Amino acid sequence: MDQHLQELVITVVVFALVLFFTVDSPYFFTTSNAAALASFIAPIAFFALAEVPILILGEIDLSVGEVYVLSPFLVTYFYNAGLPILLGLILALVVCGAIGCINGLVTVKLHIPSFITTLGMTFALEGIILIGSNGAPANPVGTGNLVSWLGGSTWAEAFWALAVVGVLHVMLRRTSFGLHTVAVGGNSESARESGIKVDFVKIWCFVLCALIGGLIGILDSYHIGSIDPDTPGLTFMFYGVAAAVIGGTALTGGRGTMIGASIGAMVLGILEDGFHVISVSSFAYDLILGIAILVAMILNVQIERATIRGAGHGSFARVIGLIFGRRKVPVRQ
Amino acid sequence: MMPNVATKAPTDVEDVLRIEDISMSFGPVTALRNVDLHLRRGEVLGLVGDNGAGKSTLVKILTGLYKPDHGRIYLDGEEVRFRSVQDAREHGIETVFQDLALVDELSVYHNLFLNREHTVGGWFRFLKNRSMRAAARRYLDEIDVDVPSIDVPVAKLSGGQRQAIAVARATRQKNIRILLLDEPLAAMGAKETSLIIQLIKGLCHQTDISVIVIDHNYTHLFEVCDRINVIQQGRVTLDKNLSEITLEELIELMVQSYRREIAQPATGTFSEVSIETSIEVTVANQSVQDAD
Ligand SMILES: Nc1ncnc2c1ncn2[C@@H]1O[C@H](COP(=O)(O)OP(=O)(O)OP(=O)(O)O)[C@@H](O)[C@H]1O
Ligand SMILES: [Mg+2]
Repeated sequence: MDQHLQELVITVVVFALVLFFTVDSPYFFTTSNAAALASFIAPIAFFALAEVPILILGEIDLSVGEVYVLSPFLVTYFYNAGLPILLGLILALVVCGAIGCINGLVTVKLHIPSFITTLGMTFALEGIILIGSNGAPANPVGTGNLVSWLGGSTWAEAFWALAVVGVLHVMLRRTSFGLHTVAVGGNSESARESGIKVDFVKIWCFVLCALIGGLIGILDSYHIGSIDPDTPGLTFMFYGVAAAVIGGTALTGGRGTMIGASIGAMVLGILEDGFHVISVSSFAYDLILGIAILVAMILNVQIERATIRGAGHGSFARVIGLIFGRRKVPVRQ
Repeated sequence: MMPNVATKAPTDVEDVLRIEDISMSFGPVTALRNVDLHLRRGEVLGLVGDNGAGKSTLVKILTGLYKPDHGRIYLDGEEVRFRSVQDAREHGIETVFQDLALVDELSVYHNLFLNREHTVGGWFRFLKNRSMRAAARRYLDEIDVDVPSIDVPVAKLSGGQRQAIAVARATRQKNIRILLLDEPLAAMGAKETSLIIQLIKGLCHQTDISVIVIDHNYTHLFEVCDRINVIQQGRVTLDKNLSEITLEELIELMVQSYRREIAQPATGTFSEVSIETSIEVTVANQSVQDAD
């Protein structure tokens, strides 16, 4: 219920943005721009989806952006080593999963904060990519139907994004694993006392995150048509985190939805595309992005305080309460 | 009941649970030293002790959450080693933890079924929310626990309601052998307290369930318990049937240390002084005044 509040607010923002750009430019609301829009939104959405379970756990994975850069190189590597492309794809994803597993194991078993673990992993992967590629771009391998399915055709990426949103939404909201993820993020001690394997849940969320990063890396390489070792993975990852936060994921853990994160990605994607269309400089985009994240965070924290924690008497919480008829704020003892 | 209860390291065949020589330290802090304790079938054992005496640590060992430094645990005479909470649960040990082990963000019914969800789809474990909600509502009605709605996050419940949910979660299980209650009544009103006490009594009388209950309110304990054990600084220092000790004697025993602290404040840290329930402190003051 409370989760839907921010989703609702953000959906309104999406409509407002669409309206604004449509009024401003006749080109915005066209089929050809829709394709551009999709290719802006899809990668951000993937990164957001990858981060949501991690953020719910109260952790962060900074390295998923570099996993994204690495995975198409792996596909190329395995292909050039003589493996069939399908096997190469699977192996590349296995390697990505293993990277996530290392992130999870180091964080959980060695009690290193995930921020540090994954920061280390980010630089390590960056080094591996530069060494492996010699700093030179490469071309994605393969031809034909497989390539178009893997992002070569216009709508492939959007299709994959939708499918992944659906699967992950069900996973988070409709399975034991999802419930346990929220439980661990909400109160890991309670989760442990309930017999939930806290470490297991965390490690798998890191694996999942890296797998999604690997998948989008592969899709994007076919979509773009080249693989660049200098791709700023860290920035991409932060777009994903921003989208998740805008979509209502609490950076304090315990709260977040896949749908919200996807809508958050739409906000960022529409802004990015819209600014291109109405030819505002990309500098302004960063400014707006910064403000959007701040506003979203404020909204996020205020909703949190007004509903879950129950201690909310902030001015913003009162406004939200007035708008949505939440007159009395329940206070926990 | 067996008449001779003061014997240490009991070999009673009636014992459903027996622990021997359990010790546990957290770094420099020794929480439990060579604790022996036993629990008979169908019995309610009250465990009292000052704050930090080691009661919760003992509960967490019996729940498989902590591994003791050494010592043995016997269930029905057979030695067991709990590898996890799940493992202890499978042996029929249910617990209400002092911190209740609830997740604020989750609804009442998800908390009731946490880690015991009704699921379909085999390995995928899809939640059967409807079935869980129905079962939750049925059980809460059955034991007369009042919550505004089973769909609200437990963060929105009052302290006593949260406690009731935690108790309901433990007692709901069908295969319980031993119920461990770590201060289950601490935040409860009179009505809810008697409700829970009735629930505990009912469980013990209708079934074979044995209970260990920790409470700083001795009046409650005298209402439900068959036997009282006192833990002081990580040791069991007293083991008496209810017929062998009166409420006044127990209070007297517990406030002795308090009085010693008042007499010689330099010998101990303040944290070891017991200032627990209002009843105890009131009586303590009374006794100190009487002594003057
Ligand atoms: N996880 C932990 N890490 C470090 N020390 C701990 C931990 N848990 C308990 N202790 C210490 O062990 C001792 C016993 O604690 P315990 O929680 O068992 O006391 P208790 O008898 O339950 O007290 P209370 O009546 O306050 O609940 C205390 O000194 C406490 O500081
Ligand atoms: Mg305790």
